[in-house]
Amino acid sequence: MEFSRRKLLKTSLAASAAIGMPHLWIPGSSEAWGATLKKGEPLKVGVLFSLTGALAVPEEDSTLVLQYAFDEINKAGGVGGVPVEPIIVDAKSDFSVYSEKTKELMLREKVIALFACYTSASRKAILPTVMQRDHLLYYPTCYEGAECTQNAICTGPLANQHSKDLIPYMVENFGKKVFFVGSNYVWPKESNKNAKIWLEKAGGELLGEEYIPLGSSEFGPVLNKIRDAKPNFIFSTVVGASDIAFHKQFKQEGFKVDQMPIASLTTGEIETRAMGPEFGAGHFLSAPYFQSLDNPTNQKFVEGFLKSKYGKNGVTHYNMEETYLSAYVFKAGFEKAAAAVGFENVTPRAIRDHSAGVRIGDDISPEGEVWIDENNFNTWLKPKIGQCQGDGTFKVVKSADAQVAPDPFSIYPDLGVCTKDGLKAPDGKIRKSVI
Amino acid sequence: MEFGSVLNALILGLSIASIWLIAALGLTIIYGAAGVINMAHGALIMLGAYSAYMLQHYVGVPYLLCIPASFVIVAVVGLILERGLIQYLYNRPLDTLLATYGVALVLVQGVRLIFGSDPKYLAVPEIFSSSFMIGSVSISTFRVIVLAVTALLVFGIWVLFYKTRFGVQVRAVMQNKEMAASFGINASRVYMLTFALGAGLAGVAGSLFGVLNIVLPTMGDSYVVQAFLMVVVGGGSLAGTIIASFASGELQSMFAFFTNDTFARFLIFVLIVVFLRFKPQGLFAKAGVRR
Repeated sequence: MEFSRRKLLKTSLAASAAIGMPHLWIPGSSEAWGATLKKGEPLKVGVLFSLTGALAVPEEDSTLVLQYAFDEINKAGGVGGVPVEPIIVDAKSDFSVYSEKTKELMLREKVIALFACYTSASRKAILPTVMQRDHLLYYPTCYEGAECTQNAICTGPLANQHSKDLIPYMVENFGKKVFFVGSNYVWPKESNKNAKIWLEKAGGELLGEEYIPLGSSEFGPVLNKIRDAKPNFIFSTVVGASDIAFHKQFKQEGFKVDQMPIASLTTGEIETRAMGPEFGAGHFLSAPYFQSLDNPTNQKFVEGFLKSKYGKNGVTHYNMEETYLSAYVFKAGFEKAAAAVGFENVTPRAIRDHSAGVRIGDDISPEGEVWIDENNFNTWLKPKIGQCQGDGTFKVVKSADAQVAPDPFSIYPDLGVCTKDGLKAPDGKIRKSVI
Repeated sequence: MEFGSVLNALILGLSIASIWLIAALGLTIIYGAAGVINMAHGALIMLGAYSAYMLQHYVGVPYLLCIPASFVIVAVVGLILERGLIQYLYNRPLDTLLATYGVALVLVQGVRLIFGSDPKYLAVPEIFSSSFMIGSVSISTFRVIVLAVTALLVFGIWVLFYKTRFGVQVRAVMQNKEMAASFGINASRVYMLTFALGAGLAGVAGSLFGVLNIVLPTMGDSYVVQAFLMVVVGGGSLAGTIIASFASGELQSMFAFFTNDTFARFLIFVLIVVFLRFKPQGLFAKAGVRR
């Protein structure tokens, strides 16, 4: 075939017109999702976490606890009268796999909601896809905030909730001088900005701030700087395997936990067990949940989970509990939406909209009553401070009196306030899908 | 700036150097003697840590004995690997690269299947997780142990290569395999034993890193890149790797002391790239070796 210049020009014009006008094909909400629910068929939900690779340690637990939660929900009659069918996919700790599998779960499997991600990096990788299809993501762990989308619900603490009590507690009990150590990526940096605000209010003094490359296991240089700076306590946002190396080397380099404890946002039961309790004992953690919480719901959760076929790792920790809650937030949101618009008409977006103000009472939630904020769809919860004991469990030394409001833009008041329709700037304009 | 702090940083640099060196030793020997780029090196380090964990957890062997035991176990794995796979690929460097990478994947996934992907814990005597002071300088006991083991291994390798009949044979095979074979040296056996030796050294490194760091199926990944860099900068010879590790360790510690950890790493990698631009064959390349 001859490809004349004119013909080429025509074809490419047509092609560029097609690419240039994608709004022609943007469908309404239920068409965007591309499926309708039928009574009697199981509800498909996507479970997308890394089962292999560097993120497998925390994310395998997320997958296991979700399976446990859905089993429990199905045994009690399912969601809206039908059982939930989790579709489990391995994201292989690879951000391109996260976004590819997100598309696959939404387009091919037609899941009604997605439970995914442990890191902010992977969440930011899949959110554009989720928002484009007007879908729904349950992000079941802590993050830094500064996002305002109409397609995500988070059940973990935000940066503004996380360090609110921890910093004043440490300043009061150990002294004013503090040194910040974190992994070098977005969450620790944003968390530290929040922590600085609480530190200023508490009258503390920041002696230094150091960031370690993700996955690094050499803490000698940082510990030498801390030795010279002589702070009263260390505030840590080091994550993953590095965190374990940090605590081990802290002790190996001759630091004493009673003179300079580490106040962490990440070092929970799982990390303590991996490093050995003698390296964790005495340090502090801020989290909404500890395995040792003394209430009947938690006892039932811990015993039930550890005895089930998903409890093989022998521990429950804050990330797992937040993930467990997300399954119940989904159930409550779906049933509310089904009651309002009818079972057949439920779409991912409808679930999200009807999740505003959904409450999970202390008969279900092991950490105590929580509810979803009506504007930014994060969770009202009670942050607690625990001190690690010699056997690796945590003793709660302080618990917030009341649930603390999530505020994703607390450190960026100039940008505006997150409302259910989008980020409302001070001049009254609303920006949708801010990430 | 206090003198004590600088001294602390210098001593820490020596310790970082010893960690980089012990991670690179096995790789240097396998690359230097057999010309095999062993992508499974990180997995072998990981196997060393898991061997120590296994012996300690299931058999109750004291930690200090786990170190030589890890050497033996991982050396045996290396031996099987060499006999079963690598020996057929000596003249095909690209294929060894792929094959050893595949082996690494198999080992990592295999360990994950057997032990699960949750981190494991290596218990050490209380004295190892302490430190002592000399003047104003604080020194961690375990870092001294890593340094001592590294020095011991380097000395052992030197004796083996330069003072024994086996060493003469290895060096002969390194210079020219065909010529050495025509003088009656069993080159295939020399390759087999050096590969096992290199694997065993990775095992020792692993049993030490399990205490400094964390025991995980993927723990080798973080060490293998810097180990490769040391071998490349060193030019594939033992002396080259030692000097490269010493220089990088001290530079990293000093850079981190004056700036911060992330920037220190950035500087090190930039310096390595610049160095390789002007000296691509590395510090001490063996002249006239054909590969």
